[in-house]
Amino acid sequence: MKHRPAFSDERAPGRRPPFVRAQRMTIVNGILLFVVLIVILQLWLLTATMNAYLGGDTGVVWPAALASLVCLGLNAGLLWYLYRLD
Amino acid sequence: MSPEPPLISRGASAPQDADRSTVPPDGRPLAEQPKWRRDFPIDWPQDEYVSRRDLVKFICLTSVAFVVGQFWIVGKSLFGRREAALPALAIADVDELPIGGAKTFRYPEGSTPRLLVRTGAATFVAYDQQCTHLLCPIVPAHREGMGVAASERGLELHCPCHNGWFDLETGRPLAGPPRRPLPRVSVEVRGSIVYATGVEEPAA
Ligand code: FES
Repeated sequence: MKHRPAFSDERAPGRRPPFVRAQRMTIVNGILLFVVLIVILQLWLLTATMNAYLGGDTGVVWPAALASLVCLGLNAGLLWYLYRLD
Repeated sequence: MSPEPPLISRGASAPQDADRSTVPPDGRPLAEQPKWRRDFPIDWPQDEYVSRRDLVKFICLTSVAFVVGQFWIVGKSLFGRREAALPALAIADVDELPIGGAKTFRYPEGSTPRLLVRTGAATFVAYDQQCTHLLCPIVPAHREGMGVAASERGLELHCPCHNGWFDLETGRPLAGPPRRPLPRVSVEVRGSIVYATGVEEPAA
């Protein structure tokens, strides 16, 4: 009997994903890079806002919260795209 | 025993065929792999893809946490600085203190100590007595240095622990390690009695 390495391709034979695995790997790496950058930006926003707020400056609180929300929207969009790939 | 089939990786003839083969993480053929890996030859590239995708998902959760933190600060800024509605409390007699004199009191009863300072004939200010750096008690004092004699500078609030200074009129930090203003207690002079009428909650 011929021994074959296992693979987990259990999709229907006729249905092919739009990208082969090597391409999807590149895409997931790129998205990972973007998501990490955005999260670092959010971390900076949070610390800067906390610093300003404790210093008595409440003017930046709303814009910073909205900017952070936009960052989350970007992240969610990228994640959604990733799940749509397969 | 039949030989191991060649493992196809990047160089497969049709690109889709590459998806139907697996390559161990170190790239060597299956025959050279340890026994535990030969016994369970899973689809390693797919495994790596899924774990990267899960990492992205996890980082997105962190992103949610940051947004929650931002809106928590928004909430604190909307509701955190309200003056607590407290009944007025008589804390001193006007004549009890000379101008520049100070007295500690508790308001409301059982609170941390507060400091009342007489700044003029009929003007008083009051703050939390705890320094906003590391909670040492503050005292009114004159600051020396920067070419100005202590007697020429107005009265300020001094924290002797790490030489912190606060403005007497506003409670804002002037020098030293403190970065946050002192929480203020509002006071009112009615006749010859000084009343505490409210407390500004600290920002955090
Ligand atoms: S505790 Fe007041 S300056 Fe450090």
